[in-house]
Amino acid sequence: MTDLITEELVVLDLVASDKVDATRQLAAKLQAAGRVTDLEGFLADVAAREAQMATGMPGGIGLPHARSEHVTVPSLGLARVPAGVDFGAPDGPATLVFLIAAPAGGGSEHLTILAALARRLVRPAFRQTIIDAPDAASVASYVQGEVGGQ
Amino acid sequence: MKFVAVTSCPTGIAHTYMAAENLEQAGKAAGHDVQVETQGSAGTVALSDEVIAAADGVIYAADLEVKGKARFAGKPYIDVGVKKAVHDGPGVIAAAVAAVENAPKAGTAEAAAMAAAAPGPATKVTRDVGFGTRVRQWLMTGVSYMIPFVAAGGILIALGFLFGGDDVVTKLYGGTLNGVTYADTADGVPAIFPTGGNFDLILSQAGFAGILFYLGKVSFFMLVPILSGFIAFAIADRPGLVPGIVGGLLAGLLGAGFLGGLVSGFAAGAVAYYMTRIKVPKGVRGIMPVVVIPLVSVIVVGLFMIFVVGKPIAAATTWLTDWLTGLSGSTAVVLGIILGLMMGFDLGGPINKVAYTFAAAGLTTAIATESTGPQPALQIMAAVMAAGMSPPLGMALATAVRSKLFTQAERDNGLACWLLGASFITEGAIPFAAAHPLRIIPSTMVGSAVTGGLVMLFGNELRAPHGGIFVIALVSKPLLYILAIAIGTVVTAAMTILLMSLDASKTESIAASEDIQEGVAA
Repeated sequence: MTDLITEELVVLDLVASDKVDATRQLAAKLQAAGRVTDLEGFLADVAAREAQMATGMPGGIGLPHARSEHVTVPSLGLARVPAGVDFGAPDGPATLVFLIAAPAGGGSEHLTILAALARRLVRPAFRQTIIDAPDAASVASYVQGEVGGQ
Repeated sequence: MKFVAVTSCPTGIAHTYMAAENLEQAGKAAGHDVQVETQGSAGTVALSDEVIAAADGVIYAADLEVKGKARFAGKPYIDVGVKKAVHDGPGVIAAAVAAVENAPKAGTAEAAAMAAAAPGPATKVTRDVGFGTRVRQWLMTGVSYMIPFVAAGGILIALGFLFGGDDVVTKLYGGTLNGVTYADTADGVPAIFPTGGNFDLILSQAGFAGILFYLGKVSFFMLVPILSGFIAFAIADRPGLVPGIVGGLLAGLLGAGFLGGLVSGFAAGAVAYYMTRIKVPKGVRGIMPVVVIPLVSVIVVGLFMIFVVGKPIAAATTWLTDWLTGLSGSTAVVLGIILGLMMGFDLGGPINKVAYTFAAAGLTTAIATESTGPQPALQIMAAVMAAGMSPPLGMALATAVRSKLFTQAERDNGLACWLLGASFITEGAIPFAAAHPLRIIPSTMVGSAVTGGLVMLFGNELRAPHGGIFVIALVSKPLLYILAIAIGTVVTAAMTILLMSLDASKTESIAASEDIQEGVAA
């Protein structure tokens, strides 16, 4: 199975005007990696999900996500946003943005991985390790090891 | 404390699991055990019944309809939505702890009411449906708890016949065999244990087969009380059980049969239901579920059964018996048809019993006089037994031919009905008749009328009061006798299928949905 996240999908110092911009920049990374076929279509799906309920999570996390037919393999785009970007969380702007892209169909295997990722997100140590990581490669390998390792 | 939680969200890939993790972590931090069922897109791994049973409270952090919510019924709960659980795990846990602490303490009326709502024995009752559907669900709840009693009792009785051979009938029902006279130890079991009768007597007279038979009769005796009790349970939850079961026992003792049991079940359910909704002073509330409701509901239902149901039935029984005796001189075939209609009407109830007793009494007299030539009394006995065999056999055939019209439980009961019918255990058809009285009772009546008429036409004679296929050696012209039963069986099954098919798609979907509720794969 293709890794959920690779070095190319990590942005260490993202500068974004708002959550739409942040999401678009990460989605472009997924498209460049061939994981998203139609950028606009995918962003529309993410926006539709975002409209249901803001995905800002406590602990400075933005979690835009969607199951979309424009996604070929389950993927995670990850950005550190030192300046923060508002994802509608009550406790302030997000400094970590996780863009989860899941194919519309498919079996439950990748969904299990995404479930594992979602569980990790609420653990402070998981977030801190990502923030403290020296480079994109170590962020990718850490996250992949955490969620794919089980 | 122990908690169970359900999490879900629209997409089912993020919040569901974040909320789950958050609740588990927050619970651990506060010293509570939290087990979460994530109803997300990765599939749902259901919490085990043990975990749910052990939980003090329930947390719903679900933005979608909770699947299987009935499993948690009766426990204190909080419903917070998934977002709250993601953002404020400790707050949710604190609220859940408060909900458990504020829940009624054990021993109070409120706690008893909640316990009554707890899963316990399941009912088939769902909320927010029309009254007709509810009546059906109440009926089906009673029937589903009754079916195992029919199977256990009926098969034990059949085994008694099987191991005891045709002698065991005489030994159990009384009569003279090889110069020895036996007392009737079978009728009225177990409510009226015959004078001087005991298990030693049965064992010495009829052996192990007699004991099996006796066990079967005792199981059968519980059939109507269980039917009645669980109809009342379905209507009124736990408070319905006591008046329902006592009312059902009275229906049995008064000879009111399963139709009487239906009446007592609905009466008991209604009484208990309204009693639980009476507003009473706080001081009395504690003793309502354990003393007041059982006491008053049993008095009300008991008096109702004795005076409103029992008296007319006793009068009707006397009248019917006299009427039958007056008919003795009429055409044999007409008498056979009338007896068949009676046998097929209430399947072991009062009218069936009148026909049977009429035949059995005639048999006793005829055997005692030992006259030669054709004996009408022996023909009547043969007609009555055959007409009591076709109802369960008809059910067995109908479930085998058109299984989709019936629930899994009914199909299983249909299998047992082959044996029950062959053993002249008419009660085997009761679960069908109780569940669909307006369709089954006409079918069994017509089928039994055909059987009874044919036996009288063929002139078969029977020299035993019971035993079905196991006393075929005591039947004259046995092949014609079996033919009469077979024709009656086919008629019963054909009419059952016809009437059940009048609304076939609905009947099938109801049967299928009840299978799903029962956890049976359709």
